[in-house]
Amino acid sequence: MTSLPKTPPAKRLGLVIDLDTCVGCHACAVHCKEWNHGGLPGPLTDEDPYGADPSGAWLNRVHTYEAVDEDGNSRTVHFPRSCLHCETAPCVTVCPTGASYKRSEDGIVLVDEDKCFGCGLCAWACPYGARELDVAKGGSGTMKKCTLCIDRIYNDTIDEEQRQPACVNTCPSSARHFGDLADPESDVSRLVADRGGYDLMPELGYKPTNKYLPPRARPVQTAPARELADVEAPGGFLGWVDRMLGG
Amino acid sequence: MHPAPSIIFFTTLSGAGYGLLALFGLLGPVLGLTPSDSGIRYTALLAAFGLIGAGLACSTLHLQHPMRAWRGFSQWRSSWLSREAVLALLVFVPGLPFAWGWGVAGEAGGLWAVLGLLTALLAIATLFCTGMIYACLKPVRAWHHPLTAPLYVLFGLASGAAWAFPAIAPWAGPTAATSLAIVAICLLALAWAVKVMQWMHLADAPSTTTPGTATGLDALTGPGGYVRELIPPHTQETWLLREMAWRIGRKHALKLRLIAVIGGLAVPAMLMASAMTLQGTTALILGLAAAAAVQLGVTIERWLFFAEAKHMVALYYGAETA
Repeated sequence: MTSLPKTPPAKRLGLVIDLDTCVGCHACAVHCKEWNHGGLPGPLTDEDPYGADPSGAWLNRVHTYEAVDEDGNSRTVHFPRSCLHCETAPCVTVCPTGASYKRSEDGIVLVDEDKCFGCGLCAWACPYGARELDVAKGGSGTMKKCTLCIDRIYNDTIDEEQRQPACVNTCPSSARHFGDLADPESDVSRLVADRGGYDLMPELGYKPTNKYLPPRARPVQTAPARELADVEAPGGFLGWVDRMLGG
Repeated sequence: MHPAPSIIFFTTLSGAGYGLLALFGLLGPVLGLTPSDSGIRYTALLAAFGLIGAGLACSTLHLQHPMRAWRGFSQWRSSWLSREAVLALLVFVPGLPFAWGWGVAGEAGGLWAVLGLLTALLAIATLFCTGMIYACLKPVRAWHHPLTAPLYVLFGLASGAAWAFPAIAPWAGPTAATSLAIVAICLLALAWAVKVMQWMHLADAPSTTTPGTATGLDALTGPGGYVRELIPPHTQETWLLREMAWRIGRKHALKLRLIAVIGGLAVPAMLMASAMTLQGTTALILGLAAAAAVQLGVTIERWLFFAEAKHMVALYYGAETA
């Protein structure tokens, strides 16, 4: 059913992504691809994966941006982008088949690939580019998206510390956090409150669950670098070198 | 957006078909135009159902799984695409008995008039739903516009009227031919006028979304700064870019707009005006040429509708505005 849950889900599971500590290593994107290729939304087919023109479906992609202020001070920001599991997800309501749905228990947005007929309208409805159609040769021809690793987070056959999304589990700089954003006392909610976590394109009104933590302010270098102080020639060997090279 | 040829042909052909059907539903009772010759009525109905059938057949071509098309009728509570699918078939509930009454029996009064009006209403509602599929998408500024859905209705009716002319006018007598030509020319003029208004409105209201607002990094740069993509996520183009940020079609947009308006309005208006006092084969040839010109103009308009639309996802991939 592509209508949204009538009452907001009690839990709102999602990610908090720290743009300050993300180092842009793409480990989250790679582990996402690895886990999900064999997981619920798999296979995530690739065409020409080792050739000159590879293409395929990915559920998480990492961009790198340069943010420059009016004085020319520049910051390099690595920016992972995946499904934000919006509260009023337009990708769900536009779906004509009933394949796209938002879970009423935890707010996760999923695709039932047995129903999807691959019209691609949900990808058009998403401003964040979170959905990709698996159109590679041998692909399923259905819509692929982040499942928040639903086959890990509720999986009691794996170790407890593994029960979080693959991208969070693998991040070497702890830039990705997973939790319930409906609970104001959860670690992720506190992190959002402390660090001023924000929504992407809030003006569209889709109320994303995932939040981004802005890069922390850094001291701005205002004075030019100092000139090297003149060194006094000591005696001995160094004094001889100094004299030989012209004082 | 990448204009999928099947979507362009679906929306333009079935648009003309539903427009034509709507006009037949209105023609009998409102305009009092029911051709006395049953052969003309059969031809007219064949044109309407032929256009609708060709359009609907095209609509399944862009699906990755056409065999699951039946699922598209299930989500009418939330999805405009599903509503369109339901209405596109619901039209035939009053439409088929109306076609029998109007076409075979030549009846246009009483119950037949009610069926005709109901058919017209549902056909127009179908066209409106097609427009709303695009109008409800906020990430595409050029589509999320109050005139998008009315334009789908207007172009459907106008191109339907352009096909009604060669189907009915050549043998219906000069009076009926003149009224048909006037209806068609007025609808075409109205549709293109509204389209030009939308083009002007979109050009006057430039986009305010930038990579800075899409990433939220504008908070870092302040109003005088900028955000630009340094490194894309992958070395090669992704499905998102192939599908949504297609730019080549925009290159000749202005010339194409001119060709669309000349082909879709000026040429057919002249052809129909010269054919309306003529009857027989000459009128038929001129009328068919006019309808073909309209169909060409509307197809170019629809191609530009997709090709010129920029999706906000392009902002994450280096576009400066969307």
